[in-house]
Amino acid sequence: MMALSLAWRQFVSQWSSGDLRVLFLALVLAVTATTAVGFFTDRVENALNRQGGMLLGADLMVSSAKPLPDAYWQEAHRRGLATTQTMEFPSMVVRGDLSQLAEIKAIDTGFPLRGELIVSDQAQFAGVSAGAHAATDIPPAGSVWLEHRLAALLEAGVGDEVMVGERSMRVDAILEREASRGGDMFSFAPRLMMNVADVPSTGLIQYGSRVRYQFLVAGEAQQIASYADWAKANAARGERVQDVSAARPEIRSALEKAAQFLGLSAMVSVILAMVAMLLASLPYVQRSLDAYALMRCFGASRSLIMRILLWQTFIIGLLGSMAGALLGYLAQAGLSGLAGSLFLESLPPPGWWPVLTGLLMGLSTMTAVAWPHLSRLANVPALRILRRELGGLDRHGWKAHLPAMTVIAGMIYWHAGSLKLGSATILAFLALLLVIAILAWLGQRALHRLPEGRGAMWKLGIAGLKRRSGMALAQVTGFSLGLMALILLALVRGDLLGNWQASLPPDAPNRFIINIQPHQIADVEAFFAEVGIADASVFPMVRGRLVAVNEVPLDTSKYVDERARRLAEREFNLSWAEHMQSDNRILEGRWWTPEDHGRPQLSLEQDLAETLGLKMRDWLTYDVAGTQIKVEVTSIRKVEWDTMRANFFAIVPPGLLEEFPASYITSFHLPLGHDQALNALVREFSNLTVIDVAALMEQVRGIMVRMTHAVEYVFGFSLLAGMAVLYAALVATREERIRETTLLRVLGASRRQVTIASLAEFACIGLLAGMVATLAASALAWYVSSSVLNIPYSFNLPLALAALVGASLLVPLAAWIGMRGYINQPPRQLLQSV
Amino acid sequence: MHKPFAVEAIALTKHVISNEARLTILQDLNLAVAYGEQVAIVGRSGSGKSTLLGLLAGLDSPTSGKVLIDGSELSSLDEDGRAEVRGREMGFVFQSFQLLPSLTALENVMLPLQLAERDDARELAIAALERVGLSQRLSHYPRQLSGGEQQRVAIARAFAPGPAILFADEPTGNLDAVTGKQIVDLLFELNEAAGTTLILVTHDNTLAARCQRCLLLSDGRLVEQNAAGAGA
Repeated sequence: MMALSLAWRQFVSQWSSGDLRVLFLALVLAVTATTAVGFFTDRVENALNRQGGMLLGADLMVSSAKPLPDAYWQEAHRRGLATTQTMEFPSMVVRGDLSQLAEIKAIDTGFPLRGELIVSDQAQFAGVSAGAHAATDIPPAGSVWLEHRLAALLEAGVGDEVMVGERSMRVDAILEREASRGGDMFSFAPRLMMNVADVPSTGLIQYGSRVRYQFLVAGEAQQIASYADWAKANAARGERVQDVSAARPEIRSALEKAAQFLGLSAMVSVILAMVAMLLASLPYVQRSLDAYALMRCFGASRSLIMRILLWQTFIIGLLGSMAGALLGYLAQAGLSGLAGSLFLESLPPPGWWPVLTGLLMGLSTMTAVAWPHLSRLANVPALRILRRELGGLDRHGWKAHLPAMTVIAGMIYWHAGSLKLGSATILAFLALLLVIAILAWLGQRALHRLPEGRGAMWKLGIAGLKRRSGMALAQVTGFSLGLMALILLALVRGDLLGNWQASLPPDAPNRFIINIQPHQIADVEAFFAEVGIADASVFPMVRGRLVAVNEVPLDTSKYVDERARRLAEREFNLSWAEHMQSDNRILEGRWWTPEDHGRPQLSLEQDLAETLGLKMRDWLTYDVAGTQIKVEVTSIRKVEWDTMRANFFAIVPPGLLEEFPASYITSFHLPLGHDQALNALVREFSNLTVIDVAALMEQVRGIMVRMTHAVEYVFGFSLLAGMAVLYAALVATREERIRETTLLRVLGASRRQVTIASLAEFACIGLLAGMVATLAASALAWYVSSSVLNIPYSFNLPLALAALVGASLLVPLAAWIGMRGYINQPPRQLLQSV
Repeated sequence: MHKPFAVEAIALTKHVISNEARLTILQDLNLAVAYGEQVAIVGRSGSGKSTLLGLLAGLDSPTSGKVLIDGSELSSLDEDGRAEVRGREMGFVFQSFQLLPSLTALENVMLPLQLAERDDARELAIAALERVGLSQRLSHYPRQLSGGEQQRVAIARAFAPGPAILFADEPTGNLDAVTGKQIVDLLFELNEAAGTTLILVTHDNTLAARCQRCLLLSDGRLVEQNAAGAGA
């Protein structure tokens, strides 16, 4: 207990004397950044899962083209899970002489198990309906709910009758919103919802009908996970088990990119804070040496000193982490406020996990920082009391810093969330240290060539770098790291957010029309002209099934991955194009030239190629309308799916597929107020299916804007941490500087001369750090942009110059602010305070 | 069997390696200090006075020879063993006061008492500070005290645990003549009251003259001097 009480005393007195503050604040900052981002991403993840649940209408869905075996029900009931079932199939819906293909969803009691259906009682063909409310039940037997667009196309309102198959049914309500319209957007025909009990009487389900039988389950997360394991293990061929993670990939992808960037920002804050802590620990340890030497002199054993030190580390670590976790909690409230209503509902409350990780991270960071000093402090010779040169700090023992390095590396991997990004950052870190060491060495060589003796005061200042070469190296490293992180964030942030938002400009396509027949292309283009759409392209699609790879018949059962099997089993939409679309990028091979037209070549989308294990130079055989065609993979493309444009997994050159029956697809931006023109077009050609993705895009765009604010907010932490590094590096040499300044003042130097000497020294440090940081940040930004975030990178010269000039001015300015206090004091006063 | 010496040095030798050359600081030095005795060690700057003090107090190890404290060999103990003897038997007053800047006057005095796990650390420390006339300065930090006051705190800290031996290294070296005299008076007054053995290192002959015995350290050996003569 004595060790604890002495440790506490030391802590209190060192806190009140200010020795600890920089170290402590840097620790608080690191934990705040970690926990704030941890809290926030935790909440977003939870909200995303809930949202996913709403999209499925459940926590888990088992679907199949055939009726599902009773075993799914029995097992779910045995586990006490809530269940319901739905059926989905396309069918024509007729009212008088109007008919429209609809996506029919027959639902059973209890649907949806998650989320809700919003209905209103009157048909509104435009604008927002009044009186919309959450449905309390499913459509009564004999009645249907029509989606807005379907009601408009059929000119039907509540109370009207529509024919569904052989059955006439009454329109009971207008379906305003159905969260579960996520997933495969190419299934979008307008929705009709009916009671599952009415399905047999429609006579629509016959042998060969395209029906999806869906069994839905909801319950506690753990129960669902274990049921999912059971279901996956027992799923027969063609039965698909889908959980919430598969829902709404475009929103998930947008949020994951943002979460990765938030993690990156938090990681930078933590690294910077650790650098600040390492620097701040130097003067703290220097002062502590005397205290522990004195304790040794007064009879304290080594083990007692070690216990005191460990307690003290623990006290600082615990208090700093607790303060950080508390601030992190408050800060995440701000983050959540900025993120706002990202989703249909508010974010779920934060959990306790981020507090625990924050505390753990704070304690391990503190221990790692203190570790190199612990044995030195515990072994400080008592003789230091008489001979102060004994037991000083050894700044060259890099092995002693291994724990700190390990913790930094662990922290980087943890925050990066991916091995690739983490490793890239670590490599960059090591490269940066190497570059700094080389530049510092070159700088020192240059300094040694400067004449000494007579000369201006600035030479004296630069000579200060020579005298404190170890500390100068630490300062350059600290400044460089801080600056590098800030420049990197500024570079990547601008690029990332710019590209991200540019991927979804205000005029991004919000409608798709599919199933356009060749003779209707002219009419569709006339519609574009009428509405004033200039940049819409119409793409051909030919359906073909992949039957062989390199002459070997495709055996879909060999795919272990369920997604791969599904992809291999379904028909591909093969398209042809002369030019590649702007949101595509060639990763391997090359796009065709006019000479290649008519040659059997194929360009594959990267994900599909990876999933199916296809590679460059493979020969693929497709069955197109009974004819087999062989094509060679000559390029692999990356496709930005979140641009909302029509894109294809497989494209061939012109002159290869034209003889086959094709339908056409287009995507375009429908300006506000032109819905009626589109509806007229669709009424004229009833085979056309219009897919409205406007609501989905609005949601994605809303997420982007809000997450941009969230990212900027977290960026603020990095900025604070960078400043902490700057300050800690100044504090680390403060005492020595005061001593030197005093001596110079006593020897007759004026305030102006002393100021010039110091400013020259710091300007050198700032310039060197600015150079290193700009070079390293640009290289790292190039890597992160091109290899990790997959966005194009261009060197940002103005930013680089601003960083260089800023560093050479700001560092001496900050130093001058820190020195003003003692430079302006008379030497006598200084002598007393030294 | 007669009572052992408080401090005894036998054939004490200390070499140091400086710029790859071996320097002899102390050579076959012998010394015996009886309980309650006041001994001054004088010598020129660099003569090895502080080295000798460090060896006698167990702050450093000799190259050869031994140091006995109360008849027990100190130099054969490891660092922790020597620390324990220091905590139990010795008090220190240094030229540069050696107060911890982050502790108040009271906390500085309490430190050795706490290390010795004394339950009455606070009371003893307050009493010691009262004896040196600083009862009004308990909660002051060293930077808020004058040089003389800081040395008083250091004296209170040295005497508070009631050590058998007090080592003083140039206790007036950082003080002006008037303050220095006040401090020396206080030191001797407390020393005589407590009957503590005093080993004082100084180059101030006046101060040395107040001790019962004065030894001159020269060429690594001690030469007995007449105390009165030394002061002349």
